Amino acid sequence: MENDRIRVLAAASGGGHWEQLMLLRPTLAQYDVRFATTDPAVALQHDIAEVESLPDCNQNMPVASARCALAALRLVLKHRPQVVISTGAAPGFFCILAGRLIGARTLWIDSVANGEELSMCGKLSKRFAHECWTQWENLAADGNPRYFGAVL
Amino acid sequence: MIIVTVGMQLGFDRLIAAVDALAPGLGMPVIAQTGKGSYRPQHMEARASIAPAEFEALVGEARLIVAHAGIGTVLTAARCRKPIVLVPRRAELGEHRNDHQLATVRKLAGRPGILVAEQEGLLAGRIAEGLALEDWSAASSPTAQRLHGALAAFIENRPL
Repeated sequence: MENDRIRVLAAASGGGHWEQLMLLRPTLAQYDVRFATTDPAVALQHDIAEVESLPDCNQNMPVASARCALAALRLVLKHRPQVVISTGAAPGFFCILAGRLIGARTLWIDSVANGEELSMCGKLSKRFAHECWTQWENLAADGNPRYFGAVL
Repeated sequence: MIIVTVGMQLGFDRLIAAVDALAPGLGMPVIAQTGKGSYRPQHMEARASIAPAEFEALVGEARLIVAHAGIGTVLTAARCRKPIVLVPRRAELGEHRNDHQLATVRKLAGRPGILVAEQEGLLAGRIAEGLALEDWSAASSPTAQRLHGALAAFIENRPL
């Protein structure tokens, strides 16, 4: 398949997670990529007009998490991505779970901020995503997560 | 212009005072975001907080960023292609709960555009090096090239 026809959903919460997704943008832009974030205003600053918005949530917010999971499901049903990637955090993880439900291949890239220990969602992604990558070689000792470099 | 930032959560007077002492000799304006610190700079414009949109604009205009070793700031510098000088907060000086910023700078030192001053005495030299840097971006880092390559392979379903 031609690269620009591969449908990719790239999801990240606002802040540092989004910054990391933007650093990967030159590669993502080769595909039919759709971005999703909890802070669409920041996406507009990056000249991404058609950004999808996700409600923010974390593991201590069950109601917001359920709402976010539903939004993620709606998103994948709308765009039918073949690939879902996330640089974090919980909303991105929900996109990965939703992606699995429709048969997408899924990749979690744990934040470069986690140099001592994988994030909670990163640990879950070791089981629930097709691939879970850390950005720190010292965390990849047993081969899961794997290490393939970093955004910096 | 040089922008100094220590984040919003904590003060970092040691860094602010060190840059303030150097500011008269830098030959350009210095703007500092000082967080919850109490030191009042004499030689640079200082504000406790700067709104995100304005901060983004200031980073865009800046030639160099001097900052605590917060990963969010490092990422902003990388995206805006600005060199950054990092000074880690030290737990023993009450600047953070632990020494994770020290661990961060030791791992990041040497990557393109990232300069580290583990002590404030090294700051003047690192600032001079940062101002002399030309034409680099985070994407030129070998670790970043590797990640971009692996990401493309994953998306295209090629062997990793």
